[in-house]
Amino acid sequence: MTAKIATITSGKGGVGKTTATANIGVALAASGRRTVCIDADIGLRNLDVIMGLENRIVYDLVDVVEGRCKIRQAMIKDKRLPDLYLLPAAQTRDKTAVSPQDMIRLADELRGDFDWILIDSPAGIERGFRNAIAPADTVLIVTNPEVSAVRDADRIIGLVEAEEKGPARLIVNRVKPEMVRRGDMLGTDDILDVLAIELIGMVPEDDSIVLASNQGVPAALDPRSRAGKAFRDIARRLNGEVVPFESLATRDGFFGRISRLVKPGGGS
Amino acid sequence: MNLFERLRGSDSHTARTAKERLRLVLIHDRADLPPAKLEAIKDELVALLSRYIEIDPSLVNVSLTKERNQQRLVADIPLSPERARRREAR
Repeated sequence: MTAKIATITSGKGGVGKTTATANIGVALAASGRRTVCIDADIGLRNLDVIMGLENRIVYDLVDVVEGRCKIRQAMIKDKRLPDLYLLPAAQTRDKTAVSPQDMIRLADELRGDFDWILIDSPAGIERGFRNAIAPADTVLIVTNPEVSAVRDADRIIGLVEAEEKGPARLIVNRVKPEMVRRGDMLGTDDILDVLAIELIGMVPEDDSIVLASNQGVPAALDPRSRAGKAFRDIARRLNGEVVPFESLATRDGFFGRISRLVKPGGGS
Repeated sequence: MNLFERLRGSDSHTARTAKERLRLVLIHDRADLPPAKLEAIKDELVALLSRYIEIDPSLVNVSLTKERNQQRLVADIPLSPERARRREAR
């Protein structure tokens, strides 16, 4: 096995990096790929709670880097999926506790045992971000359909290219198809138009993500979750499968369906 | 606007505004030239050119544009009509 390393990053905080990492990790492991998710957000660890593994942490990333434990001891095996592991971040340290070189060494040590290594990057463009992308073979940038988030994504695209980790691929998260349809939210095509980047996934805003984070059970495990389905599709594309992009607009709410009945073709 | 759009109160189309603002902000970000710096360039250009030719500062426009992958700094400097008229009169 030689793992591929994918770093999930964004620039802006709160766009759904950790949710994306957990869900793509779950989807990859559910399809039989041995996967480890690394939380690189040292000092603000969260991937553990999104994955529902927070009660089982003994050692963390910084313990490994500083030689207090073996990498095996720090990795937590998921309860539900035998092929899924988490390497948690330290909560009481900061980004300077780890260097980009440390991350490369760590990833190289894990490479032989996994199919996929996913790295959840912290927000920002400083040390934590540098750490997270240092070992990356490929970079996924998460954004939301908002001016501020897309602007930050553009900055990150530039930095990823400067580090020769490009071309990055884009996840547009929290899309409200109904708002896009009525012209009140940037559509994925608008975003791709200004960013000039390849799309790897488009995830609808979905209450099931809130329920999932309440329970620590990623939505990708829920066959009925629309967002979960979108994350499963991203995992398949990461594996090189060609998965058509679902038109989110065909699954909008009551008004959307009615107005299409009234006005076939939908234009306004 | 059909009945249902009216029910939703939606003729604002703010996405278009968002895209326009985004385009502009990215043009400035990518060139590392914020609007205020551009304004300063314009003022200096006006000061410089005014030493040689007559121009109306209020008509001078300095902006960033993007055509395909080429960013461009464009200075549009209309020559004062006064000047042209005087030359013809000579």
